[in-house]
Amino acid sequence: MNQYPAWKYLLVLFILLAGIIYALPNLYGEDPALQVTPARGFAIPPDLQKTIEDALAAEQIKYKSREQAGNRVLYRFNSSEDQLLADNVLKKTLGEQYVVALNLAHSTPPWLRAIGAKPMTLGLDLQGGVHFLMQVDMETARSQQLDRFVDEIRAALRDKGIRYVSVRREGNGLLVLLRSAEDRDRTSELMSSDQSMRGLDLVNQAIGDKFGITAKVKEKQLIELQQTALKQNVTTLRNRVNELGVAEPIIQQQGADRVVVQLPGLQDTAIAKTIIGATATLEYRAVDEQNDAFTAAQTGRIPPESRLYKQNTGQPVLLKKRLIVSGDQLIGASSGFDQRSGEPQVSVTLDGLGADSMLKFTRDNVGNRMAVVYIEQKPGGRKIEEVISVAVVREPFGKRFQTTGLKSMAEASQLALLLRAGALAAPMEIIEERTVGPSLGADNIAQGFKSVVIGSLLVIALMAFYYRIFGIIANLALLANIVLSIALLSLLGATLTMPGIAGIVLTVGMAVDANVLIFERIREELRNGNTPQASIRAGYDKAFSTIADANLTTLIATFFLFLFGTGPVKGFAVTLSLGIMTSMFTAIMGTRAVINLRYGGKHRVAQLSV
Amino acid sequence: MKLLKRTTKIDFMSFAGAALVLSVTLNVLSIVSLATRGLNYGLDFTGGTLIEVSYSSPPTIAEVRQHLAAAGMPDSVVQSFGTATDIVVRIPPRAEGESSADISTHVLQALQQGVEGEITMRRVEFVGPQVGDDLTDQGILAVIYSLVGIFFYLMFRFQWRFSVGAVVATIHDVFVCMGFLSVFQVEFDLTAVAALLAVIGYSVNDTVVVFDRIRENFPRMLKALPRDVINASINQTLSRTLMMSLTVLLTLIALYLFGGKIIHSFSVTLLVGVVVGTYSSIYVASAAVLYLGVSKYDLMPVEKEGARAAIDSRP
Repeated sequence: MNQYPAWKYLLVLFILLAGIIYALPNLYGEDPALQVTPARGFAIPPDLQKTIEDALAAEQIKYKSREQAGNRVLYRFNSSEDQLLADNVLKKTLGEQYVVALNLAHSTPPWLRAIGAKPMTLGLDLQGGVHFLMQVDMETARSQQLDRFVDEIRAALRDKGIRYVSVRREGNGLLVLLRSAEDRDRTSELMSSDQSMRGLDLVNQAIGDKFGITAKVKEKQLIELQQTALKQNVTTLRNRVNELGVAEPIIQQQGADRVVVQLPGLQDTAIAKTIIGATATLEYRAVDEQNDAFTAAQTGRIPPESRLYKQNTGQPVLLKKRLIVSGDQLIGASSGFDQRSGEPQVSVTLDGLGADSMLKFTRDNVGNRMAVVYIEQKPGGRKIEEVISVAVVREPFGKRFQTTGLKSMAEASQLALLLRAGALAAPMEIIEERTVGPSLGADNIAQGFKSVVIGSLLVIALMAFYYRIFGIIANLALLANIVLSIALLSLLGATLTMPGIAGIVLTVGMAVDANVLIFERIREELRNGNTPQASIRAGYDKAFSTIADANLTTLIATFFLFLFGTGPVKGFAVTLSLGIMTSMFTAIMGTRAVINLRYGGKHRVAQLSV
Repeated sequence: MKLLKRTTKIDFMSFAGAALVLSVTLNVLSIVSLATRGLNYGLDFTGGTLIEVSYSSPPTIAEVRQHLAAAGMPDSVVQSFGTATDIVVRIPPRAEGESSADISTHVLQALQQGVEGEITMRRVEFVGPQVGDDLTDQGILAVIYSLVGIFFYLMFRFQWRFSVGAVVATIHDVFVCMGFLSVFQVEFDLTAVAALLAVIGYSVNDTVVVFDRIRENFPRMLKALPRDVINASINQTLSRTLMMSLTVLLTLIALYLFGGKIIHSFSVTLLVGVVVGTYSSIYVASAAVLYLGVSKYDLMPVEKEGARAAIDSRP
């Protein structure tokens, strides 16, 4: 007698059903859609949806549905004609404050989405798009940091009235030369007490008749610097990529000094390269308090020493032409809470030169306002200038200051992000580019699909022919295995690539192995004169350790393939190992359940069709 | 239907000598070819630029070359790719100066100039010199770590002779596969690396099935010589071994014929790997275990050994 307890049948059935449900989203197509995101990541204002829907209604364009998730609003349309019409309308209506991107949104039904079911993401080789791997030039980042230290030390010495012979870079460190031992001690004390110079190791050294201090940047500080530079570059890239209007870009750090940028659906690499390589910067400017911005905007009479700018709220503001501080003098910006009042704030740190001019300005302008202008150079020489913050100067400050009066923590982190994005990050170089055109992507899908289908059909035919009914049962398990692999891949949010498809094809060939092992064992037992029922039992029992050993060793190889492989190779490792794991379930428990149902209950089974 | 009428009684190990000669020859040939001809490294490793374009009507390769030479890229290689209307242009990595990523833009412009109709960009791949070295290191590391992992797993589940046998067989397979790629100058790209790792997985999988039978048979055939135990085990698993190779080969043939040129290297490497891997489970792995002097004492079930030791240690 071969029977599973009821719960085992139910378990098999349950897993299979779950597999089918979670694999299901892959069968649904895609809706033409438009995705609206605020430029440079501002929060979505509450009236945006109304603005959009009014504009669409005015042009009598109907949309299918609307959804808002995180920082984007998505409108689905019934046809791609509607989508393109709406794209035109929205681009005109919303202007440069928003990015409107064409998108193909999965039309997974809501009940499936509600349980977290989603289709697999297609890799760039299947859907077309651009992949960049960029390397951050850490050498330059380091040398910029050293230059900044030099500026700071000079400024601090001038500030304290210490006269120095020279402050200069010396190889990987700095050298400060002073006239007397007393000056040297004061300088040393000054440098070690200064917050921003904590990352320096100081050593006294006599050079000729001069008193020198050599400063080396600590290893920890270098690593920190590297990480900050990389993070800053990722932020900057993200802001710039948003401008491209790509629906679902991926910008990720890879390793210690690389950034991956993936732009699905984008074809024009030339534009992508210019935008990614574009430069953004910041300027701190004084607000013109003598003249009224609204009058100037209306009459067009702008005072000669000022310029008219637009705030990101849309209001005009008059700023003085004289620059206080520019973005490359900004070292860092971070958001946090004011320790006394608990209000959200942004702390900004300037380098030595920036601190000097900031101090000079703020000393004379307490009570006046100061503005931050974000400037981005667009391809074709176009420039975008926008005032991202206007704040009152409460007291004189230099090197470090806080911007308060922000409405929320979100606004504070937004401002910090923009400040950092505008600040000069380490230079980057594209070290790898892979672009796949849409025609090749479609071909790849078709070819991949064809090879999975033909490969499976060949195996199915062979199994059915060779093992008869048992073969057909193994084939059911094989199909279940494909469904389960796809369900798991979808659930894990894995990206399906061409090598991934190859992994699925290979799994089809390898997955039946477990059944081959079992069925050969059953045949052996039958040859040895055992009864059919006993043969089934012995076949499954004896084959199990073989299957486990064989598959575990294969998994060891795929594990290291996953660990060391990059990109597409990882995809292959993932599909192959998932396929092997699910095959252990379908080929052992799945087929056993079916065989038990078919033969298990009968007392006498004359013959097995194996 | 049965591939084999009943359990065969082939004396596999009597051919072990001949197999040894064959394996050594194959490996020497592979190593010689790898040393002299080397691998036909793909873009992933060499760096450089590759551009695949599709014309509306078949282009003349010579003309395309002229246009590229005129545009300042005389060192580019132009080949037709798959169909008559598709070509692939390869440009070796530039030493210094020209911004690497701009090359693809220039090439596309140069190609468009000479033709009437639209050309369609199918794919652009640019790999900087920084990337290739990393890939080689990672590939070698992946192979070494997998072999080490497999060695220890088999030592834990079987015994060191089996670990050595399986690892030797796997290294044998990797060399023969790479030798094949080198002799026939099949492009060695990232997918080929993935395929090599999959060959390792397949080969060990196949070997373990035979080993498992050997482990099972030793306690049962206490009076038999190790050689006979191994022969019997191979015979008993033979129809499974053939069936497994057949199913995997069928899917690989489907992949080779219908999967497109992008995974060509992948399917070729695995096709060779499956054939060699099947052979090596019998003639390298099992033969090595025999040569290393496996005996029934090596695989006595652990509990019994422990029990006996406990008895022996009694005063």
